[in-house]
Amino acid sequence: MSKKNSGGLLASPHFPFYVTAVLFIILFGAGSVIFDGFFSAMNFLNLFNDNAPLIIVTVGITFAILSGFGGIDLSVGAVVALTCMTLAVLMRDTQISPFICMAIVLVIGTAVGALNGFLITFFRLQPFIVTLGTMFLCRGLTAILSRDSVPIDNELYGQLAFMSVPIGEGFLSLSAIVALIVVVVATIVLRYTSFGRGVYAVGGNEQSARLMGLKVNAIRLKVYMISGFCASLGGIAYSMSMLSGYTQHGLGMEMDAIASSVIGGTQLMGGVGFIPGTLLGVMIQGSILEIISFQGTLSAWWTKIVVGILLCLFIVMQAVVTARKNRFMSLTAEGSAKKEKK
Amino acid sequence: MASDNEIILRMEHINMFFPGVKALKDVTFNLRRGEIHSLMGENGAGKSTLIKVLTGVYAKTSGDIIYCGNHINPKSTLESQQIGISTVYQEVNLCQNLTVAENIYIGREPRGRFGAIDWRKMSNDAQKLLKNSLGIDIDVNQTLSFYPVAMQQMIAIARAIDTRCKILILDEPTSSLSDKETEKLFSIMRDLRDTGISIIFISHFLEQIYAICDRITVLRDGEYVGEYDVKTLPRIELISKMMGKEIKEGEIETTQSKSKARESVFLSTEHLTVPGKVKDLTMNIHEGEVIGLAGLLGAGRTEIAESLFGLNQATSGTIEVEGVKVSVKSPMDMMDRRVAFCPEDRKSAGVFGDLSVRENIMIALQAKNGMFKHMPRAKQNELADYYIDLLRIKVSDREQMLSNLSGGNQQKVIIARWLATQPSLLILDEPTRGIDVGTKTEIEALAVSLAREKGMSVVFISGEMGEMVRTCSRILVIRDHVKITELAEDEISEAHIMQAIAGDYHGHA
Amino acid sequence: MDMLKRFSRSSLALPLAALAILLLFNAIFVDDFFKIQMMDNGNLYGRPIDILHRCSSLIIIALGMTFVIATGGVDISVGAVIAISSATCCVMLGGDISGIPHHPFALAILCSLGVGILAGLWNGLLVAKFKIQAMVATLILMTAGRGIAQLMTDGQIITVYYKPFAWIGDNIPGVMVPTAMIIALAMILLVVLLDRKTSIGLMIQAVGINPVASRYAGIKVTAVLFAVYVFSGFCAGTSGLIEGSLIRAADANNAGLNMEMDAILSVTLGGTLMIGGRYFIGGTIIGAITIQTLTTTMYALGVPSDCLPAVKAVVILLIIVFQSEKFKQMFREYRMRKDQLKSGGKGGKEAANV
Repeated sequence: MSKKNSGGLLASPHFPFYVTAVLFIILFGAGSVIFDGFFSAMNFLNLFNDNAPLIIVTVGITFAILSGFGGIDLSVGAVVALTCMTLAVLMRDTQISPFICMAIVLVIGTAVGALNGFLITFFRLQPFIVTLGTMFLCRGLTAILSRDSVPIDNELYGQLAFMSVPIGEGFLSLSAIVALIVVVVATIVLRYTSFGRGVYAVGGNEQSARLMGLKVNAIRLKVYMISGFCASLGGIAYSMSMLSGYTQHGLGMEMDAIASSVIGGTQLMGGVGFIPGTLLGVMIQGSILEIISFQGTLSAWWTKIVVGILLCLFIVMQAVVTARKNRFMSLTAEGSAKKEKK
Repeated sequence: MASDNEIILRMEHINMFFPGVKALKDVTFNLRRGEIHSLMGENGAGKSTLIKVLTGVYAKTSGDIIYCGNHINPKSTLESQQIGISTVYQEVNLCQNLTVAENIYIGREPRGRFGAIDWRKMSNDAQKLLKNSLGIDIDVNQTLSFYPVAMQQMIAIARAIDTRCKILILDEPTSSLSDKETEKLFSIMRDLRDTGISIIFISHFLEQIYAICDRITVLRDGEYVGEYDVKTLPRIELISKMMGKEIKEGEIETTQSKSKARESVFLSTEHLTVPGKVKDLTMNIHEGEVIGLAGLLGAGRTEIAESLFGLNQATSGTIEVEGVKVSVKSPMDMMDRRVAFCPEDRKSAGVFGDLSVRENIMIALQAKNGMFKHMPRAKQNELADYYIDLLRIKVSDREQMLSNLSGGNQQKVIIARWLATQPSLLILDEPTRGIDVGTKTEIEALAVSLAREKGMSVVFISGEMGEMVRTCSRILVIRDHVKITELAEDEISEAHIMQAIAGDYHGHA
Repeated sequence: MDMLKRFSRSSLALPLAALAILLLFNAIFVDDFFKIQMMDNGNLYGRPIDILHRCSSLIIIALGMTFVIATGGVDISVGAVIAISSATCCVMLGGDISGIPHHPFALAILCSLGVGILAGLWNGLLVAKFKIQAMVATLILMTAGRGIAQLMTDGQIITVYYKPFAWIGDNIPGVMVPTAMIIALAMILLVVLLDRKTSIGLMIQAVGINPVASRYAGIKVTAVLFAVYVFSGFCAGTSGLIEGSLIRAADANNAGLNMEMDAILSVTLGGTLMIGGRYFIGGTIIGAITIQTLTTTMYALGVPSDCLPAVKAVVILLIIVFQSEKFKQMFREYRMRKDQLKSGGKGGKEAANV
């Protein structure tokens, strides 16, 4: 029994999630101990307010990574930029209601995702290079719309952007609430629908999934559409905090999202990941930023280094856990074979 | 004969082409209700292809499948599952990252409120299913990868049974099971049979076939050989049908001028053990002899060859080359001691399809020399031309891509690659598989002449008895990863080899 | 006809055709495109020189990338390594207005290259030893690299006033050809030498085509993987010197930004497949030149720099679709159907004649 437990923690599907959670508590705790005023409701809620776009985008990219076959979506940052710019230009040049504008950009984002999914499933191309292409495409399209920053000065949109719900001493912005809803919905979809479990199955072993009767290509296509949809939704959240469209918006966001997802316990090989862990991954990055801003003298580039180190830690941890598991497996197989002989 | 309503599945005149290859030729297969029917044949005989046609993985080129009186033509595994044909494959085809319960129910999860997956019901059902039908009591919410392969195999069977199947196909399910686990599986299979389920059972292990099956259908080279009652078919006859050789007792092949083993031992092993691959192997390889490894496919011949070349690391036992103990960590250790190995799986382990014939020939020698001792192009050309000439490799020129050559010529190129390293021991694993008759004879003759004229030791592995009898000076018979017996030169005959494999012949010693 | 056929099948056909179309386009629509002048200071000047000058550092990292991709991997950290390398050199030289370097120039150069090699060792360790997917492994350095560069420069843009530093990106006084071009040429020579005089190229391709067979043939797969990542790091280090010198400063944020993507594009445009195997040094070089020509053409036509990615994207997507097995298969089927129609049509005609 004790043996089962020792292997059990490592073998638990949520092992990386626990590590991430502990890491977050350590980081946030360290900040609270070192800096006065760090430990406050507002500061905690700001983790959501400031990172709402990244949370939404990361949820989307997690779907892509989970689906395996080198699953990744590099186009998300560019879709964020395209979304912001389209919104800004639509509201500047037309009288269309902001709500319809938002619907339009969500369709655009989903369409980009569908293009990714189509190229990946139909031509069996590597997701990395396909989404690299659509990343360039969306950046270029953004610049074609406008090279300069376009402010969003629609009154209704502004009101939406500043809408918030007070909680204790702090508040949650509309974007943050949307982000949390996305997290909850994604968690439920991945856990409680056939499609969600199909994503894990396809990411775990495509061949098996096919033999078990799952429609692999349809699942993968949907995954990239979700990723595109989340990217444009994240773009809307981004535009609410920036109130502008600009070609440089969301630059490098795909890498932040991938890093968050991996730190949150998603395995880049596919098939293993947990959306609440992904949320924690983003919050760890946010905490690092907050600690650095509280500290005052450290510069923002420390974030990148720390995130890089964490990323490395998690990737190596994944490799080691997988290797350990394999050895554990072969040992048990060996053991049972030996017993048999006796 | 059985009346028609007893027969649940009838496959008639099935033909199946792969691009360029005819995989099934006019194959017939009948399955009765409530029987365990074995599909026998060597690897490549078409067993798996036939199964895949039945389950909709491959589309048949022509022929009829009549199931429960209706013509069917399944297009996917899902479709065949839905009409009651379930398969458990040799490699566990489940998702390692999902829980046991999910692996049983994925694609048809029990639903609760709002159409959401009811996890509690799913795990309860899974727990019950495993306990009631297979007598297994495990934590079904644990990830599949947590359990050993044998358990995973049982879970795959549970999944198959629960799809309310009428036909259960077990494709070598026992290859990773221990005796006890196999025993358990058999009692489950008998129970299932008694409830009216028909089981198609594929296995390499003869004992198992005789222990569990009612009838046998034999395939050979994609062709239907016959259908037999297990009770009336002696083992030796089954083997001869699988191999396509009639056995006449006491028949002795005329020994052509074989190579005589010299006194000195080139390589020897003592109690060599590689977990799951080689069990306690002690053998000597003399200079100038062609030594054969015989046994059914899957008996462990290739594993022995790989271990001699340093691809598998032994946990105990020793390898000595020319009397010096070698610690083997990688193929380079053995290459440095002039051992060469032409692998069985030409395509995945031998051929560099996008490299030229010249590059394919010089690559092992270059690797042995190190990459900074680059062979000048002129020398490469000379080397390539020499072996193209020596082995009569048919190429338009030496710069031709290897992937454009026929299988036989590809094989010659790989043999040339190893001859170029000037080996003292050449291991040929199935060097003639899938090769035309002419080339086959050439390769056999080459093996003998290398040993006789250059004093090279040759390890020759082939599934074809005649070939072994023609070329080998001594034969080790392998069964279930264990060396059963050795046949010395005067004992070598197809009959003796087959008897030894069947366990009826133990040599003079 | 036969030669044309052979050329159209050769690996260089696609990139050369693309470049030719671009050049033709330029010749027609851009005035004086091919004009090369001698400037007063003896330097050559003109659009072709400009293109070659600007694509030098791209060529260099693309060479390294070619080997990496040939083994079936990818190195997306090169952009970040460029930033680290240029920061190293600038920090070593220091930002004194007086132009007096803190350390000898030669030492600074060696350190920059050394840093690049170190980065390559790190990537090699992760890919070859820990067996982590190449993209994932190099992602780590891609994320952390710019942070490290900023840490070195303390977040400042260090401007170097030491004159000889500018020579790398510009011209060495008295030499007609820009130094970057000379360095790129030297690197090309080095690669060609490695390719011809050692068998490392053969080993790389073997590993990329069939890693299992490589192991069976006695190739040290781990060592080969290590070598390609180290070389890629070395190339990025060299490129970093040029990129730093061009702006005479260390800009940790923008040095080498997105260059990994351009390098990957050059390699694929040159005919080397992302799945590894056969590589084409010549194709890579032409690919890099094509990309730079495309950029220069767009500028010449007045297309703003930030709209360029859209054009690049269309090029990338088309190329990978053309390279895909599925497309080739579709093309074959199309041809077969066309042939059948043709022969069927002929048959019909003959029948009508009878």
